[in-house]
Amino acid sequence: MALEIIAGCVNCWACVSLCPHQAIIEAQPHFLIDPLRCTECVDAHATPQCAAICPVEGVIVDELGEPLNPPGSLSPPARVG
Amino acid sequence: MPTPATLNPTAPISGCASGRCGSSSQQLDELDASVTQRVQDHPCYSEEAHKYFARMHVAVAPACNIQCNYCNRKYDCSNESRPGVVSEVLTAAQAVKKTLAVAAAIPQMSVLGIAGPGDALANPERTFETFAGLSERAPDLKLCLSTNGLMLPQYVDKIADYHVDHVTITINCIDPDIGAQIYPWIFWNHRRVTGREASEILISQQQKGLEMLVARGILVKVNSVMIPGINDQHLKEVSRVVRAKGAFLHNVMPLISDPVHGTHFGLTGQRGPTQQELKALQDECAGDMNMMRHCQQCRADAVGMLGEDRGAEFTLEKVEAMQIDEHAAMGRRIALRAAINAELAEKRAARHATNAQVIALHRAAPAPGRAVRMAVASSTGAVIDTHFGHARFFHIIEVTADGVQALGTRAAAQYCGGEADCGEAENTLARTLASLADCEVMLCSRIGIEPWGKLEAAGIRPDGSHAMEAVAPAAQAVWQAMLESGQLADAPAHQRRA
Repeated sequence: MALEIIAGCVNCWACVSLCPHQAIIEAQPHFLIDPLRCTECVDAHATPQCAAICPVEGVIVDELGEPLNPPGSLSPPARVG
Repeated sequence: MPTPATLNPTAPISGCASGRCGSSSQQLDELDASVTQRVQDHPCYSEEAHKYFARMHVAVAPACNIQCNYCNRKYDCSNESRPGVVSEVLTAAQAVKKTLAVAAAIPQMSVLGIAGPGDALANPERTFETFAGLSERAPDLKLCLSTNGLMLPQYVDKIADYHVDHVTITINCIDPDIGAQIYPWIFWNHRRVTGREASEILISQQQKGLEMLVARGILVKVNSVMIPGINDQHLKEVSRVVRAKGAFLHNVMPLISDPVHGTHFGLTGQRGPTQQELKALQDECAGDMNMMRHCQQCRADAVGMLGEDRGAEFTLEKVEAMQIDEHAAMGRRIALRAAINAELAEKRAARHATNAQVIALHRAAPAPGRAVRMAVASSTGAVIDTHFGHARFFHIIEVTADGVQALGTRAAAQYCGGEADCGEAENTLARTLASLADCEVMLCSRIGIEPWGKLEAAGIRPDGSHAMEAVAPAAQAVWQAMLESGQLADAPAHQRRA
């Protein structure tokens, strides 16, 4: 059970220090998740921390390839007024 | 965070392009005297200072814990996306090394800031490790940080512990309905919070953090990004509130929303303000607030005088190859700073001399009392804040009736290293005394009875009665007392001995 960072990650570093198991690896072209370390945070937090702070939609996926932040989920709401 | 301090518009390449662009000289003169002293060599806060002093930012804080609609994290920060611009993310150790290298090459360096590209306090380990290294190795540099404020209340004590005396908080609104149009989400208590609730939390943390900093005497500047149609009218209220709470400077900056940066505002056609709109708002906010107008919206890794960027001279590779005498460099900085501040003080005094000046027809008689050389145990040279035994160096000053002149620093053969060093204490103290042989007075915050006796025997009078006072007035007071007790008619004691 491990999450995965896929292309589209902008290497913003936000997730790195939040991971309770130091599973995020600084890498090029984009950061990676060490599958041996990642627990999807089930043992530590209510929600996977990397996905909870990731600013880019669709780049953190579960084992089935389902994005934790699907398209549209992080978009700002339409302008009021 | 997308610290607007890192935004970079069409800034002039070097130097100050505008004639009158700062928190004006007059405004600074009107600031509380202690604030004036603290901002006088800070290029970002003083219109005068930015022509004389340099600053640098170290990019140790890449992570951000909120999203702003004017930021695209793909480029660290929207304003990092100018062609050819790449910022290196530094470790704390690399940042300390780079700072020491820059501060050795540019003696005008007075301020080290951490302003992203993310948020300084979303990267607390990196930020505070950098501050720790620099307060150890370059204690004369002022430290400052820039934050979105979300984590501020949690770190105010730590900020105070490191003697960070300038904090910039980006506050774009105090109304969560307006905030919801600027911040789509924040990361809070291990989860993502969106919408109005996100702004409520952010705003309350910012305001609480502002109050806590002010309560601890830390200077707070507020940055606001002016977004036409969203917060432009509201910023007048923001200005009023943050000032009432004790922020000493409000810096209203224009939104940068070039679509090429890929920000939400850029892509949705949100325009930035015109120069006229910006100036009009700054003028309105200036009614009862010191406004900052010389902001260059620097990069998060800017190096040099405000408006110039010498970052390319100090890449990691180049810094690695540099040989630096840290102590000598600090001495040069302190001496230069003292000289510039003396010049600025003269200019300030001249501005206040509004009435007709008395013209001296006769050459004034030389003021009575000779110059007295003093050693000062002080971390920065500004305040007598160091125990004699803990001082790693002493500031040497010469005091006359006319004022205090800095002569540089001298290393201490630090003798009070704890029990283990005691066997050596005798020799190290003797070495320190020898290096201070031309001084008559030792100003320090405290001193043990043993070294007290040895200093006196060497003709150096210890004085711990001005602990935590500013160096210059304390030194003048000591000089005045010596004059009044008739000690300044003769040659210094050590010369008489010789």
